[in-house]
Amino acid sequence: MPFEGIGAAVRRKEDARFLSGRGNYTDDINRPGQLHAFVRRSDRPHARIGRIDTEQAAKAPGVVAVFTGADMAADNVGGLPCGWQIHNKDGSPMKEPPHPVIAVDKVRHVGDPVAVVVAETKQAAKDAAELIEIDYQELPAVASVRDAIAPGASLVHDDAPGNICYDWHIGDKALVDAAFAKAAKVVKLELTNNRLIPNAMEPRAAVGDFDPHGGDFTLYTTSQNPHVIRLLMGAFVLHIPENKLRVVAPDVGGGFGSKIYHYAEEAIVTWAAGKVRRPVKWTAERNESFMSDAHGRDHDTMAEMALDADGNFLALRVSTLANMGGYLSTFAPCIPTYLYATLLAGVYKTPVIYCEVKAVFTNTVPVDAYRGAGRPEATFLLERLVDACARDTGMDRVAIRRKNFIPADAFPYQTPVALQYDSGDYQATLDACLKAADYAGFEARRAAAAAKGKLRGIGISTYLEACGIAPSAVVGSLGARAGLYEVANIKVHPTGSVSVYTGTHSHGQGHETTLAQLVTDQLGVPFDQVEVVHGDTGKIPFGMGTYGSRSLAVGGTAMVKAMDKIIAKGKKIAAHLMEASVEDIEFKDGQFSVAGTDKSKTLTDISLAAYVPHNYPIEELEPGLDETAFYDPKNFTFPGGCHVAEVEIDKDTGVAEVVNFVAVDDVGRVINPMIVEGQVQGGVAQGIGQALLENAVYDEGGQLLSGSFMDYSMPRANDLPMIKVGTETTLCTHNPLGVKGCGEVGAIGSPPAVINAVIDALKDYGVRHIDMPASPQKLWSIIRSGTPRMAAE
Amino acid sequence: MYDFAYQKPSSLADAVKALSADPDAKALAGGMTLIPVLKQRLNKPSLLVDLAKLGLVGITVSGNTVTIAGMTTHGAVAADAGLKSKIPSLSEMASFIGDEAVRHRGTIGGSLANNDPAADYPAAVLALDATIKTDRRSIKGDDFFQGMFTTTLEQGELITAVEFPAPEKGAYEKFRNPASRYAIVGVYVAKTAGGVRVAVTGAGQGGVFRHTAMEQALSANFSPDAIANITTPVDGLNSDIHASAEYRAHLVGVMAKRAVARAY
Ligand SMILES: Cc1cc2nc3c(=O)[nH]c(=O)nc-3n(C[C@H](O)[C@H](O)[C@H](O)COP(=O)(O)OP(=O)(O)OC[C@H]3O[C@@H](n4cnc5c(N)ncnc54)[C@H](O)[C@@H]3O)c2cc1C
Repeated sequence: MPFEGIGAAVRRKEDARFLSGRGNYTDDINRPGQLHAFVRRSDRPHARIGRIDTEQAAKAPGVVAVFTGADMAADNVGGLPCGWQIHNKDGSPMKEPPHPVIAVDKVRHVGDPVAVVVAETKQAAKDAAELIEIDYQELPAVASVRDAIAPGASLVHDDAPGNICYDWHIGDKALVDAAFAKAAKVVKLELTNNRLIPNAMEPRAAVGDFDPHGGDFTLYTTSQNPHVIRLLMGAFVLHIPENKLRVVAPDVGGGFGSKIYHYAEEAIVTWAAGKVRRPVKWTAERNESFMSDAHGRDHDTMAEMALDADGNFLALRVSTLANMGGYLSTFAPCIPTYLYATLLAGVYKTPVIYCEVKAVFTNTVPVDAYRGAGRPEATFLLERLVDACARDTGMDRVAIRRKNFIPADAFPYQTPVALQYDSGDYQATLDACLKAADYAGFEARRAAAAAKGKLRGIGISTYLEACGIAPSAVVGSLGARAGLYEVANIKVHPTGSVSVYTGTHSHGQGHETTLAQLVTDQLGVPFDQVEVVHGDTGKIPFGMGTYGSRSLAVGGTAMVKAMDKIIAKGKKIAAHLMEASVEDIEFKDGQFSVAGTDKSKTLTDISLAAYVPHNYPIEELEPGLDETAFYDPKNFTFPGGCHVAEVEIDKDTGVAEVVNFVAVDDVGRVINPMIVEGQVQGGVAQGIGQALLENAVYDEGGQLLSGSFMDYSMPRANDLPMIKVGTETTLCTHNPLGVKGCGEVGAIGSPPAVINAVIDALKDYGVRHIDMPASPQKLWSIIRSGTPRMAAE
Repeated sequence: MYDFAYQKPSSLADAVKALSADPDAKALAGGMTLIPVLKQRLNKPSLLVDLAKLGLVGITVSGNTVTIAGMTTHGAVAADAGLKSKIPSLSEMASFIGDEAVRHRGTIGGSLANNDPAADYPAAVLALDATIKTDRRSIKGDDFFQGMFTTTLEQGELITAVEFPAPEKGAYEKFRNPASRYAIVGVYVAKTAGGVRVAVTGAGQGGVFRHTAMEQALSANFSPDAIANITTPVDGLNSDIHASAEYRAHLVGVMAKRAVARAY
């Protein structure tokens, strides 16, 4: 048998299907008698809705029904729920204004649904939607957090004074202030983390189906977590019990977080299917993706580090304004709090940290998790600030990092911001990365570039993240309204092939391959005899889905637990068949053998006996070989590492090009190195995108200026260098596989590496900080206004 | 898109007739601009007249003149050996348009008729002093462009070919919009028998324009240094989230110098 277990770079099973166009995406699903929904969206950033006249639309050819928010309210449809409650500094709960599926009294951002037309064809629905007349009374809009908190600013929600959703903090302020008071040096940095639009390749889509005989609903949707959607939509929005609601998330073409949330259109098609008693389909057009998929990031931050005279970090103080958009998306409140501020220790032993975060409503699309979610914001802040510390104290950028690293022998390490890291070796990832990037030889490359008239710079980011989300009791105490365990059901079939039913969901990550490798490794079943099934509440017992790099650490562990049960049961069957005692049965490489003898049975012998129980301990043991495990993780996992970027800037135009990029990450045990490399490269591509290209721009009045690919710059292959990926492993200590997660590290570690490189390239121009994206115009202005001078304050 | 009627005539006369009879009819070439506009419902033509069967495809070289038929794609222009030997800067310019798929569909006639202020071909036509041939007349490049998205074409008038006299040398330098890859600033410099011509696209609010100050300086001395001190007035230049008018003015200078240095 070829080596296909843990550590093998097996080719991805799912790729043949995807590359040959045989994927089965939501938009590929068509139900008999299906109708099409088109959502009429607000083109106003902020307005009171007067009369909505749907008469002409309802009479238009092919139209079956037109629905407004009032129709849903009259039918007792609930609002879209928020899954996380944050408490203010004073202990009171955050403001949680209603989020109607279709706007009722007001529209709060461009793209907010105002009415829905259901018709025989999409074309007919779209034609009719234009005939809907809406009386808007426009209100002043606020798009940026600064404008939203200004005195007298227009209120997005009347019951959220000052547009504040919450005013939260973490850490010991008094201790931090005291440390600042006696610091030898304080380094301050004000920065923004630019707003991003996820742009998964597959736009969102949903098909609602209703069986009028049994009263059963089925929703096919582009989701990263079908069980979560069933829970939220069934329990809070449409009041359909689990046994009457099946949610299927088939092949999904990219999510990056944006397909975690329960979206209005899912509720609309399901509810409408029940009303018109026919299936209803909705597929986003790309411009709808821009104005209705949750956006990411969007922070305004002031950060300060207190240092002693030797460059040791004494304390960190951070104050952040986080943009929530017009409504609270499903997990929005936890992103700038428990996925952000808890990461502010990073890889450093900073003894005390205080962070306060004000979450702010604005007239923009809701903001929620996007690849990395909170952790890229924390990492950008910290790694920029550490570079600024080096600059302001005259220390070397590498030396100041080494000096402040949590040492490899300090684990488990308790940070001052709640997390306890289990393992890591930051010197090792730094060393490996500097070596792979030929950091030592950089000055020669800088000189060579200068000879060509280019400004070359190098940047480092040493980062850490928390994923493998998450221990239920911990997140529950922090405000999560759900548990974050994972579920696996493993069926060994009569002839020994295996089906894995996982509650995680693959939307590009390659679970069908990686999870099959786990089975090959643990049960000795050949890789091609393992099937991985995901994305269907009708097949999978339960699951919380895929995000926060949790599929392997949490879902993979659930699989290991289920396989342990399979092996335990198999031993009993084997003991019976070989007339030995259970304690003497050993299992290895797919063989059950009696210790000290040459007697053995294959897993297939055992599974056959389990399903054809003629010679079987039927009095003590049920037939079948089918086990389920729920696993609740004991802690987060903590991947980390070092990214080094090298850029060259064209002095005449300001264009920065990443010419070298090396990532050395500690993702714990590597199951499939090829998939890890791909995940890291994809994440780095998004990180370089954020650093140099991507930017969601609203004008002051709340219109989205970067509302299409004509103005929103996605990174393309030729914007990227070859991205070198390495791994340095310390094992996670609290899951049996020792895995940490690799889905987000690329997007978390890379942006500050790139910006640090850009600033290094411009070091003779006296620039101390540049916000993302480092666009050509921005760099050109710096180059133009600074006559080259030696970096001085 | 809204519903429309569709015709695919096989003669130029039939196409012109269909288009002239109906003020809401539109010609369809590669569809790379028109189809997205229709999909966004920004235009509601009654009839689309597809030009694909009119035989308006091909590139011919005769003496010093290269003639490109109106429906020739950017991909074909970029690849044509005859053109490459006469006006290599023009084939290179075509290879900079959009992406592979766009170059496979988009046509020279469609691009010029559309006169997008950030398109590349208008700069080539102005700089190379090309002549636009229609079903009814010849129009000098200098007279053709009438401000952004506007040309002298009449309702129903079709571009059948574009005639390019080969310059002594030339080059096109394009500073791409990082998102759309259209020109934020594109400068085509050509050294022709009648003097140096410099055409700028992407920058001007009124669309493509000739940079006469640079033309004069380069006609006297065809070297980057000759235009090093020439600034481009900010007035009348575009400003958007990617580039301010000031930045564009600066880029006109940079692109022009690079084009002069690289002219071949
Ligand atoms: C993703 C993308 C990127 C692009 N990037 C660039 C770029 O970098 N640079 C650039 O210059 N362009 C770019 N384009 C535009 C493209 O190059 C096409 O040239 C342009 O869209 C028009 O050509 P077409 O043949 O597609 O015309 P169509 O879209 O079919 O027609 C455009 C207009 O011209 C009219 N028309 C067409 N042919 C004729 C004719 N022979 N006579 C009279 N009227 C006619 C039509 O009625 C219509 O009004 C891009 C387009 C896309 C979609």
